[in-house]
Amino acid sequence: MEFDHIIIRYGEISTKKRNRKGFVDKLKANIRRVLEEFENAKLSASRDRMYILLNGEDHKEILNLLKGVFGIQSLSPALKIDRDIEELKNAVLFYFNQLSRQVATFKITAKRADKDFPYNTDELNHILGGHLLKNTEGITVDVKNPDFNLRVEVRKEAVYLTGEVIQGAGGLPLGSSGKAMLMLSGGIDSPVAGFLSMKRGLEIECIHFYSPPFTSERSRQKAVDLAGKLAEVSGKIKLHIVPFTDIQLLIQKQIPENYTMTTTRRMMLKVADKIMEKQQGMAIITGESLGQVASQTLNSMYAINEVTNTPVLRPLIAMDKLDIIELARGYDTLEISNRPYEDCCTVFTPATPKTKPRRDKVSFYESFVDFDELVNEAVNKVETITINHKQQKDLGASDEMEDLF
Amino acid sequence: MIYFDNSATTKPYPEVIESFVKVSSEFFGNPSSLHGIGAQAEKLLTKARNQIAELLDIRGSEVYFTSGGTEGNNLAIKGAAFANSGKGKHIITTEIEHASVFDACDYLKNNGFDITYLPVNRNGKIQLADLVRAIRKETILVSAMHVNNETGAIQPITEIGKLLSAYPNILFHVDHVQGVGKVPLDIKKSGIDLCTISGHKFHGLKGNGVLFIKDGTNISPLFSGGSQESKKRSGTENVAGAVALAKALRITMENQKTGLEKLKAIRQMLWEGLEAFEGIEINSPVEGAPHILNFSIPGLKSEVFVHALEEDGIFVSTTSACSSKKKSPSRTVMAMFGNLERAESIIRISLSYQNELQEAKRVVKMVRNTVNNLQKVMR
Repeated sequence: MEFDHIIIRYGEISTKKRNRKGFVDKLKANIRRVLEEFENAKLSASRDRMYILLNGEDHKEILNLLKGVFGIQSLSPALKIDRDIEELKNAVLFYFNQLSRQVATFKITAKRADKDFPYNTDELNHILGGHLLKNTEGITVDVKNPDFNLRVEVRKEAVYLTGEVIQGAGGLPLGSSGKAMLMLSGGIDSPVAGFLSMKRGLEIECIHFYSPPFTSERSRQKAVDLAGKLAEVSGKIKLHIVPFTDIQLLIQKQIPENYTMTTTRRMMLKVADKIMEKQQGMAIITGESLGQVASQTLNSMYAINEVTNTPVLRPLIAMDKLDIIELARGYDTLEISNRPYEDCCTVFTPATPKTKPRRDKVSFYESFVDFDELVNEAVNKVETITINHKQQKDLGASDEMEDLF
Repeated sequence: MIYFDNSATTKPYPEVIESFVKVSSEFFGNPSSLHGIGAQAEKLLTKARNQIAELLDIRGSEVYFTSGGTEGNNLAIKGAAFANSGKGKHIITTEIEHASVFDACDYLKNNGFDITYLPVNRNGKIQLADLVRAIRKETILVSAMHVNNETGAIQPITEIGKLLSAYPNILFHVDHVQGVGKVPLDIKKSGIDLCTISGHKFHGLKGNGVLFIKDGTNISPLFSGGSQESKKRSGTENVAGAVALAKALRITMENQKTGLEKLKAIRQMLWEGLEAFEGIEINSPVEGAPHILNFSIPGLKSEVFVHALEEDGIFVSTTSACSSKKKSPSRTVMAMFGNLERAESIIRISLSYQNELQEAKRVVKMVRNTVNNLQKVMR
């Protein structure tokens, strides 16, 4: 008795029409990447499902990994048993005992593709249900609305058991919606914005602004580690680290204090826009949430957004901070984001930033010096690193350090 | 030399010492320093923490570095007791705990706490029914060791954890010092809140341990100071020790995959060789840990026996190393059999993955010879 295959159901993709193949192919590629380390597992697809033939690989490990793959609605592991009623009884109990959640009611749905099997479906339902009731405690049968519907499928070669439905991550397959640039500060919000964007199928690259010596190596490492978390979804991810010190110094020198924040954001957006063009992306993603801080009021966004007509996606715009924190905990980025180092957003924050900056004023203040030259210079000096999920744990540690472990 | 006293301490792996020396000399920074040298040290500490977390299947934020098993047990028990005394002042433990648990409970007893000590049967196991009976409304902590340091008896930790999951006010502490790397324990699935391990029991160095504290568990620190280890264990972090422990744990877990069968075979050979010999009574339960074999030679002083074997280059111990200088009877064996003569004459053999089958053969022979010779002299 062993787990034979895993059934994968797509959610939203199955509603697509002519471009459905593109979606399915992306999903297939993403699943293949997850399965890389399981040499024997084979993936096959039919119209609205995929199957992973395990060939002896550990189904629990694979299920766990698949739970993080966007575009999968749900998963079910299936057991393969010899056509023997005693073994079948044991298998039913085994399947029931390994369920990942507690159930109070169940039913059994037997199907015979092979009518030669000595028991008909009613008999099977009866025998197997009775066996379950006898050998478990506190469960009852409910044929109308059971917590758990155990499907028994009798075929010529074997009997298959399935029924547990494990929720997938949902969304659309990664990369099926195009590419966008994520402004990754090191705070709590931006990585969450990244995850939500990936969930809707966006491929993302990260942009981090680095201002040594005002921000430290540790805050840069924070961005690297957060990007590493995002790479767990996509396998690998690009992180563009922008040297931002010169621009920030000029802003401090040139712009009235209560407007420095507004100009800083405008410059960041300009830099991000240029990197996006180079990388052939089509949008910029930020972790902004309406009204959370001075730079995220509607007036601020209006003033900042003036510098580009690229779509700026703000997946968190209508979310409360507490909800965002909850998501960050779920994506396992909260701990990294909470490390207490100065980053590009905190170190130059003025005491009283304008919450209602005006476009005409900020443009006027910026008009006395040539920021564009510095912006171009920053873009040219960008350091791009590719973070590979598998090597991510070792990133930042030299070989010399590696040997120590 | 045959070293069969691995539950007292193990010989550090050379690779572990290498790492310790290198970190101490080349990455000596204080992880709390802001500059680059400090950042490097911090990176190493984080890496060590994450590696240990991965090996134990817990989270990095749940790994707290300590100075070893004694500190880990004290921090877990006193820390949990003081932080939760508002909910109640009753603690349950067993009669066969290591001194660092037993005496910590004793200390609490003198400070207003009420302690229940669960008895064990002849197999060294507590009965779940006893535990259920002992639980009260004001119980805040249950502390039970996974593998007993003297006899290798294994407690049903997973069952205890499942049982306790129905009592949200009770924290569950497990002294896993003797079990780690030898007897698998799924910390998360067993509903454990606090779990102690110590580096020098698996070929790491003395002075390094880890206390697992489940995220969200409330315990008071024992030390006041610089708020290191999320305020639960102040004191400049021992980065070199942490790295050494992470490495020792990795190597040990790798050895566990291939070496466990050998360990069982060695114990089996010792068991069969000694059981058959008249005058020897085996105290370890059959289904005990694969690396500990405890037996008594009633009528013989165990200290004399240890020295006699030492002359042949064989190193074993009487009771646990921590208690052996007190010359008192073994508390564990007394609890299991209630026989003083038996509890006064115990010998413990404890193995590691570095031991070989031939060594067991020789030890069986030498034990028999020594018993014969001594019995002639002493009777």
